[in-house]
Amino acid sequence: MLRRPAASPSRRFAPQDEGGWASRSTRHGGRGLAIYAVLYLAFLYVPVLLLPLFSFNDSAFIAFPLSGFTTKWYAAMAADEDMRAALGNTLKVGAAASLISTILGLLTAKVLARGIPGGAFFAGFASLPLFIPDIVLGIALLMLVTSLDIPLSLQSVIVGHVAICLPFAVAVLLSRFEGFDVALEEASRDLGETGWMTFWRVTFPLVLPGIVASLLLTFIVSFDDFLIAFFLCGTDTTLPVYIWGELRFPYKLPNVLALGSTILIASSALIALAEWVRRQGVSGQPRDPGIGI
Amino acid sequence: MNEDFLRIENLSKRFGATLAVDGVTLDIGRGEFFSLLGPSGCGKTTLLRMIGGFTLPDTGTIALDGQDVTTLPPNKRATNMVFQSYAIFPHLNVRDNIAYGLRSERLSAAERERRVAQALAMIKLESYGERRAHQLSGGERQRVALARALVKRPKVLLLDEPLGALDKRLREAMQIELRQIQREVGISFIFVTHDQEEALSMSDRIAVMENGRVLQVADPKTLYEQPNSRGVADFVGTVNFFPGKIIAVTGDSVAVETALGRMTLRRRTNLAAGARVTIVIRPENLILSHEAAAVSGRIAAVSYLGDRRQFQVSINGATVIVAAPNSAAFGIGEPVHLGWVPDAVMLFPE
Amino acid sequence: MAGAKSELRKTSGLARIRQALRRSEAARGYLLLSPAMAVLLFALAAPIALLVLYSFWKENGLVLDTTPTLAQYAAIASREGYRTLFLRSIAISSLVTLVTVALAYPMAYFVAFRVTRAKFVWLLLLTIPFWTSYLLRVFAWKVILGFDGVINSTLISLGLISHPLEFLLYNPTAVVVTLAHAYAAFAILPIYVSLEKIDRSLLEAAADLGDGPLRRFLRVTLPLSLPGVLGAAVVIFVPTTGDYVTPTLVGGSDGVMIANIIQVQFGRVNNWPLGAALAIGSMAAVAVIAVAFIQAARLAVARIR
Repeated sequence: MLRRPAASPSRRFAPQDEGGWASRSTRHGGRGLAIYAVLYLAFLYVPVLLLPLFSFNDSAFIAFPLSGFTTKWYAAMAADEDMRAALGNTLKVGAAASLISTILGLLTAKVLARGIPGGAFFAGFASLPLFIPDIVLGIALLMLVTSLDIPLSLQSVIVGHVAICLPFAVAVLLSRFEGFDVALEEASRDLGETGWMTFWRVTFPLVLPGIVASLLLTFIVSFDDFLIAFFLCGTDTTLPVYIWGELRFPYKLPNVLALGSTILIASSALIALAEWVRRQGVSGQPRDPGIGI
Repeated sequence: MNEDFLRIENLSKRFGATLAVDGVTLDIGRGEFFSLLGPSGCGKTTLLRMIGGFTLPDTGTIALDGQDVTTLPPNKRATNMVFQSYAIFPHLNVRDNIAYGLRSERLSAAERERRVAQALAMIKLESYGERRAHQLSGGERQRVALARALVKRPKVLLLDEPLGALDKRLREAMQIELRQIQREVGISFIFVTHDQEEALSMSDRIAVMENGRVLQVADPKTLYEQPNSRGVADFVGTVNFFPGKIIAVTGDSVAVETALGRMTLRRRTNLAAGARVTIVIRPENLILSHEAAAVSGRIAAVSYLGDRRQFQVSINGATVIVAAPNSAAFGIGEPVHLGWVPDAVMLFPE
Repeated sequence: MAGAKSELRKTSGLARIRQALRRSEAARGYLLLSPAMAVLLFALAAPIALLVLYSFWKENGLVLDTTPTLAQYAAIASREGYRTLFLRSIAISSLVTLVTVALAYPMAYFVAFRVTRAKFVWLLLLTIPFWTSYLLRVFAWKVILGFDGVINSTLISLGLISHPLEFLLYNPTAVVVTLAHAYAAFAILPIYVSLEKIDRSLLEAAADLGDGPLRRFLRVTLPLSLPGVLGAAVVIFVPTTGDYVTPTLVGGSDGVMIANIIQVQFGRVNNWPLGAALAIGSMAAVAVIAVAFIQAARLAVARIR
């Protein structure tokens, strides 16, 4: 009924504590682990960073040694009409999918955070898309859409994307709602506000960081999806589908690199922003130490 | 006191298989400080929430100042609540929190300002207007919650264990302050608590609840000295129990045989000879002395409580708790004699 | 006014519905859930149901024969080719799961136990690569492992080899490496969360009772982090069996996986029922394997004393 503030975690011991009574071997082990961590990060980033590296390389071959700096691939990419059309489509689909899935996720998370009979079932059902391989969902949607005589188009892609984005929206918003004191809404009603005004004056401002994070996250999920769009998009391609087509032509590879690098930087910035926003408690205190997806 | 200001009649509420509130009927007066006292799960919070409109009763009615409010939603009722968690809006500062409920009333900006300033002065946090919830201590948050509710001038203020999260000293200070504010403002307060000392010290009248029912409604003195049942006696203050049996009933006195020996008490109930009863005596009504008295026993343990002492005395195999001033110097193992204040002995059917 | 039940003020139907909604928080909840559930029913449940139906049908030339039949499943079970393909996909996914989890665990441990102030930064750094386009990451590996690719050209220009290595790309190993890189975040986050949740005073108690660092890890940390490890394993194993992009770009003909065969049924071969049966059959088999694995792992760890 009424929520109490969460209990503070038990005392964590800092590395000093561990060093204090740890043996010498642990201290060496500690340094080994730190080296491993750096190497692991390198393993994660090097493949990804190669894309921007070679996108500025003055050569049609993606190989060492480097040939010289150029921005011509970026110019060529920007001039490509098909690419621009695909980008426009992807943005449209992304905006629609993220908005719809965030609204649905908001309603769902609000109910699930309060608790409802059968809530576990609904939560499971809402997370199901995460456990179904994209290819299965893609062909299944293709079947549904064709058997209902709906033409393959961006609209059908949006429907598919809402399905795969919904688990993310629910997860982000659920973590936001779980820290939300139910008594705040009751207090608002007690002080004279109707249900709708309570939502606007209390619920919405407090959940807003979660809403923004959900919008950004679901947009990225939709933006990056290849397989569902591949099956459902018909003639209007999205950007990943466009890139897939381009991968067949070796001479177009550097163009793809330029495009890829641009996407890389943009999505990294967006995801960092999403995570920063999500962690903005209204008190300014971060609510949890990790990315609670 | 105009006692039919808030009339609650036959109110019940069931949650699944549990009957949280079972046919409660209460009358609360205008300007009265009324407490709902009972252990966790007795239904006092559910009752409070029904009065406030957050839970709809299954049966019964609630009438406030002559108007039936049973099914009115909280925002349409002339009641306001101070929540257990305080529910201070984290995204607004203190001033905006207090002013929150004034938005739905058609007041001029100047009037709103005036009321908020008044409220801040009443809770003595005049310079705190710009602070936010996380910058306030527990006691300060509690006061802001109070001001936010009072600024709406409700007919009844509901308080759901508002002092539970505070430490003892702060709690006692707040008890005095709350009582003062209530007298100044002159509106009825309905105060839920499980702490009987708190209820006794603050209230005009108290309703003791257990398992969804009201056991007794009375002012603190009556409740303490004349509880109507063993349950109430046990909950309000400390007690000693002994089983007993009525031996004889003569005129207006009753002779009872107990573990403490034979007691002759004033007759207050209609029980016949042979009836099994429970004798209840509070520790402060038992007297220890070296001189021979009705019963004798031995000191089993001594507790020093600062302003008084508490002795555990074993008598005929039973243990009795006796409160005595610090001047009572009895040591462990010492033999003592026990007497009692006759009028303060309570008798209940078993 | 007094009496058994209080009367409803208005008796109109709408007011009664509103009254019922006010009384029952559950009813309000179901109402709010209904849009999302409707969308999921349409976009998830219905397609999968249709998929299941298709798997019991047949394609006769251009006409769909909807008499229920087990012909597709029989075809899958009998042809050796499908079985080999399926087993290869399972083997690849299992290897990917193992490698990814094994590599991620020390990393998660580092952030959970050794980092004090900048956890958020580390977690952000660890997850940023995975929010970039999956397609591009696979492509990056194709570029790295290729005949004219980064590894080969580096080794040649350093003079370490004279001919490019051919075994790097277009085989199952390339698929494993690429998938392990692509799914690393799915391992790190669950493992990190379960490690972070471990009450540090448990480790202090174990030390107090005589355990050194290694035993503390094996007897306390590892078992308590198991839910995270199992979660990571499932979240990696299940999707990787059905991955399409990686085997297509870096697998070559040796690294073909289930998803490729399924896609072909919806492309030039145009045998949708067979594709459906392959999809359902492999999903079911993967689910069974995953559940069996979880049970076995739980039993094994329950024996740790």
